[in-house]
Amino acid sequence: MTPEEKREFERRRKQRNLVVGLILAGFVVLFYMITIVQMSD
Amino acid sequence: MKTGGGAPETVRPFRIEIDNVTTTAAPIATQLPADWRDFFALTKPKVMRLVVFTALCGLLAAPGTIHPVIGFTAILCIALAAGGAGALNQWWEADIDAKMKRTARRPLPLGKLRREDARDFGMLLSGTSIVIMGLAVNWLSAAVLAFSIFFYVVIYTMWLKPSTPQNIVIGGAAGAFPPLIGWIAVTNEITAMPLLLFAIIFMWTPPHFWALALWVKIDYAEAGIPMMPVARGETTTRRQILIYSALLLPLSVLPWWIGGTGAAYGLSAIALSGIFLAMSVPVGLRTSVEGDTMRPEKRLFAYSILYLFALFGALVVDRVMFA
Repeated sequence: MTPEEKREFERRRKQRNLVVGLILAGFVVLFYMITIVQMSD
Repeated sequence: MKTGGGAPETVRPFRIEIDNVTTTAAPIATQLPADWRDFFALTKPKVMRLVVFTALCGLLAAPGTIHPVIGFTAILCIALAAGGAGALNQWWEADIDAKMKRTARRPLPLGKLRREDARDFGMLLSGTSIVIMGLAVNWLSAAVLAFSIFFYVVIYTMWLKPSTPQNIVIGGAAGAFPPLIGWIAVTNEITAMPLLLFAIIFMWTPPHFWALALWVKIDYAEAGIPMMPVARGETTTRRQILIYSALLLPLSVLPWWIGGTGAAYGLSAIALSGIFLAMSVPVGLRTSVEGDTMRPEKRLFAYSILYLFALFGALVVDRVMFA
């Protein structure tokens, strides 16, 4: 793998990790809110 | 090499053998992790807009109330399921997509990610959406959601699309599920009204899609897909467009006729479906000539999208303003 390809590899991996992290954080918030709503019913 | 979201200049898909399994993945794609935008493109975001809109309309038009958080979760699950089904559709049809100009720029034909990754991504989205829908909303809507994914991926994509010119008629039902599921998310029961909403989209799909197929039929012919214009000819397709458009008019008014909506929806349905029928008449009765610009067909296709947004918008306005 050339240095240019390595940089591209790391850039993509970093972006994917960031997107997956944001999605997981979103699900944590959503599940918390669903739990609160269902407990209040 | 590009550093943006697009594929590197050197990437060209071709068939290679890995552990005796033939794949279309490009060599660079086996080394680099796929860009997140390529996964997003697998979900067919443009189709998802219509899915989310009709599901939201079904949810808002349903009698009863739903907590905003649960309502949001239901729409999210429907969107995730549509995305998952779209990804599984692209996984299965990667070879066909590569042969058609309209779909050749999708991530899999371009070799931007591995076919197996698309399958796993689609399965993950589909499974997640069903489980969350069941746990957070209700299990009836989760069951219908699961069936809609099965219908689109297995019944339509794998079975009907490559085997019968009626593929769009029956397969179009897959796109008719969102308002039904949105409605069931609120009511937890299947009644006549959501079934009518289902039937309206079911009846709308053939003229909508065949108007498109009339001017991209060369693509379908080259890919070996028996779309109506390819398998039965242009004249039959035009007549069928006219028949379905004529049936759509009374069907779209039926929710008003059975007392499920008010006059705001009923009069809107008459006007919108009347225009739909009027625009389908020149498409249904004419014959294209060499070098035809297919303007009536393109206008009908564009109007058909506007029609669905406007009709379901009228349904919600009727419910919210006049219920």
